[in-house]
Amino acid sequence: MALPAQKLTATETLLSSLSLPTAGCTRAAREAALARLQEMGVPGRRDEYWKYTRPDTLIAPEAPSAATFDAGEPMMFDAVERLKIVFVDGVFDAEASDPLELEGVQIERIEDICCKDIHWAKDLYGVLEARGQAPVPRPLAALNTAFAADGVAIHVTGTPSKPISLIYQHASETSDAILHHVIRVESGAEVTILENGPAASRFNKCMEIDIADGGTLHHVRAQGRDHERRAVTHIFTRLGEGSVYKSFTLTVNGVLTRNEQVIELTGDDAVAHVAGACVGDGDFHHDDTVFITHDAVGCESRQVFKKVLRNGATGVFQGKILVKPGAQKTDGYQISQSLLLDDDSQFLAKPELEIYADDVACSHGSTSGAIDETALFYLRSRGVPHKEATNLLTLAFLAEAVDEIEDKSLAEDIVSRLDGWLARRT
Amino acid sequence: MLTIKNLHVKLEEEDKQILKGVDLTVEAGKVHAIMGPNGSGKSTLSYVLSGRDGYEVTEGSAELEGMDLLEMEPEERAAAGLFLAFQYPVEIPGVGNMTFLRTALNAQRKARGEEELSAADFLKEVRAKAKTLKIDADMLKRPVNVGFSGGEKKRNEILQMAMLAPKMCILDETDSGLDVDAMKLVAEGVNALRDAGRGFLVITHYQRLLDHIKPDVVHIMADGRIVKTGGPELALEVENNGYADILAEVN
Ligand SMILES: Nc1ncnc2c1ncn2[C@@H]1O[C@H](COP(=O)(O)OP(=O)(O)O)[C@@H](O)[C@H]1O
Ligand SMILES: [Mg+2]
Repeated sequence: MALPAQKLTATETLLSSLSLPTAGCTRAAREAALARLQEMGVPGRRDEYWKYTRPDTLIAPEAPSAATFDAGEPMMFDAVERLKIVFVDGVFDAEASDPLELEGVQIERIEDICCKDIHWAKDLYGVLEARGQAPVPRPLAALNTAFAADGVAIHVTGTPSKPISLIYQHASETSDAILHHVIRVESGAEVTILENGPAASRFNKCMEIDIADGGTLHHVRAQGRDHERRAVTHIFTRLGEGSVYKSFTLTVNGVLTRNEQVIELTGDDAVAHVAGACVGDGDFHHDDTVFITHDAVGCESRQVFKKVLRNGATGVFQGKILVKPGAQKTDGYQISQSLLLDDDSQFLAKPELEIYADDVACSHGSTSGAIDETALFYLRSRGVPHKEATNLLTLAFLAEAVDEIEDKSLAEDIVSRLDGWLARRT
Repeated sequence: MLTIKNLHVKLEEEDKQILKGVDLTVEAGKVHAIMGPNGSGKSTLSYVLSGRDGYEVTEGSAELEGMDLLEMEPEERAAAGLFLAFQYPVEIPGVGNMTFLRTALNAQRKARGEEELSAADFLKEVRAKAKTLKIDADMLKRPVNVGFSGGEKKRNEILQMAMLAPKMCILDETDSGLDVDAMKLVAEGVNALRDAGRGFLVITHYQRLLDHIKPDVVHIMADGRIVKTGGPELALEVENNGYADILAEVN
C-alpha cells in the first residue's frame, strides 16, 4: 500500500540524510529494516500511536540542538562496582570504558562482530524489533536497526559478578546518536544492565533482549537530566520459560522522551516487570508506551508508571496487555499515575487490555491528582515545612515505582537523584 | 500558655459561622477538657489553632505564650510547641512512620535553632517510647497510619506527641474508637507527659476518658461557644444527665 503523500515526503526527507553502514553481518538485517521503514513510513501526527506525542523533531533530518547540563552531582551509579562501557555522543569510547572482559559474559561491539560468519547476535539483531512491528508499527525502531552507528552485543552465559553499565555522555550540542544493543541471556544466567546519561542532543536507542528459559535480566536506567535533549528508545524483550525481566527507568528532565517497551512472554511462568518514575518541569514531554503480550501459561506482568509534572509538563502513558488465546493463568497488573504539582501540567493515559483467554486476572488503573492536602497539613502540623512536606509526599508518590528495583543500593541512588531534582526547585 | 479571646471563625468557602466567640485560657501545668455535642465546633477550634486551611477568622485572637498563633504557618506553630492529636489521623502511603517522626522532630529542632537528633539517639528514644505505648517495631516501619486499626492510629498520635514533647497539647477525641485497654494506654501516655510546663486541652465527647486523664477544668461547648465552665464534676453531670439539661439551663 502506498504511503500518504505527506508521510512519503517526510520519510524520503529523513532517509536522504542517512546512509546505511556498510557493515557485514548485520547488513541483511539493516536492509530488511530499511525496507520495513519505507513501507511503514516515519511516524506522523495523524498516527493513532502518536496521538499524544509529536514525532516532528524525532524525524527531522537534523537534530535540534541541546545544551548540556551539569547538576553538580556525582555521576549516576558512581558508587556501584560495575563494568563501564562508555559512549560519547553515541560513539564507543574505549579509553573511558573498562576492558570488555568479565566472567560469565562476552561483550563485543556490534561493529566488531560484523565480519564473522556465524554469530548468535545475527539471530537477534533486528529480529525482535521486526517481531515487534505487529500489531503496531514502530518505524523509529526500524530506523534504528537500519542506521545504528554503534552498540554492543552482550552474551550472558553465567552470572557476572557485577552489573554491566552502559554510560551515555552528551558532549556536542548538535549530536544525533543512534545506538543498537543486543543482549542474549542464556538459560539460568543472570545479569544486571545499567544505563545512564543523556547520550546526545537527539538519541535513538534500540535494545533487543532475548532471555532463555530460566534466565534473569535486571535493567535499571536513569535518563539524563539535560533539559533540551530528546530521546526515543525501544526495548524489545522476549522471555522464555520461567525467565525474569525487571526493568526500571528514571527520567529527569529532557524536552522530549518516548520510551517504548515491547515484551513478549513466550515461555510458561515467565515474569516481566516494567516500572518508570519520571519528574518533569516546564518544557518536558514524557511518553511511556508499553506493549506486553502474554503468549504462554502462568506468566506474570507488572507495569508501574509514576509521573510528577509541574509548570506545564506533559506526561503520556500508553500501556497495553494482550493476552493471547491459551495464555491461561495470566496475571497482569498495570498502574499509571501522575502527580500534577500545578494546574498547567497534564497527564494523558491510554490503558488497554485485550484478552483472548478466560482464566486470567488482569487489572489496570490510571489516576491523576494533586498533592493530598490533608496529608500535607498533617505533616506541617508536625513541624515539617511546606516545601519539605511536599517533597516527602512527592517521593512517597514515586515509591511504588522505585520499589520495583530489587537492588536496594541502586534504588537509593535513584532516590538521591529525585532528592536532587526536588531540591533544585523552590 | 494558650489564650483564646472572642474567637469567631467561619468557613472560607461557605457563609457559615462555626465558632461564635470562644474565650478560653489554658495555664501551664493544667489539663482543660472541652466537652460538647457533635457539631458544636470542637474540631474546628483545634484545626484553627493548628492552622488548617479552609477557615477564616473573622474576629478575636489566639496566642501561645504571647505569640500570635493565627499569624503563623502550621509548621511554625508546631515548632513553637503546639501539637494536635487528630480526631482522624491521616494515612500517608509511601512515607515510613519512622521517617515521618524523624523528619518532624528534626524540622522542629532546626526551626528552633537546636541540633538535629542523631539517628542512633532518635532510634533509642522512639523504641523506648513506642514500647510503653505497646507499638511494635513493625508499626514503626509501616507507612504512616496505613493499615493501622483505629486504636493503633490513636496510639501513634500519642507516640508523636511524646517524641515531639510539645508545650501545648490538644487532643481531639483521642478516646473515640478505643476499647478500655487502649484508652488506658493512651491515658497513661498523656499522664506521663503532664508536668508544670505543659498545658493540655482534651476534647472529648464522653466522660470516660476523663476518668483516666483527670482534668483541672471542664468546659462545655455548644453551637460555637463555651457555654459553661466548671470543675471535674461538670463532666460527671454530663455523663449522668446528657447535654440537654446544661443546654436548657444556659439558653
Ligand atoms: N470543612 C467544613 N465544611 C463544611 N462544614 C464544616 C466543615 N468543618 C466543620 N463544619 C461544620 O461545622 C460544625 C462544627 O463541626 P466540628 O468542628 O467538626 O464539630 P465537633 O468536632 O464539635 O463535632 C458542624 O456543623 C460541621 O458540619
Ligand atoms: Mg470533632
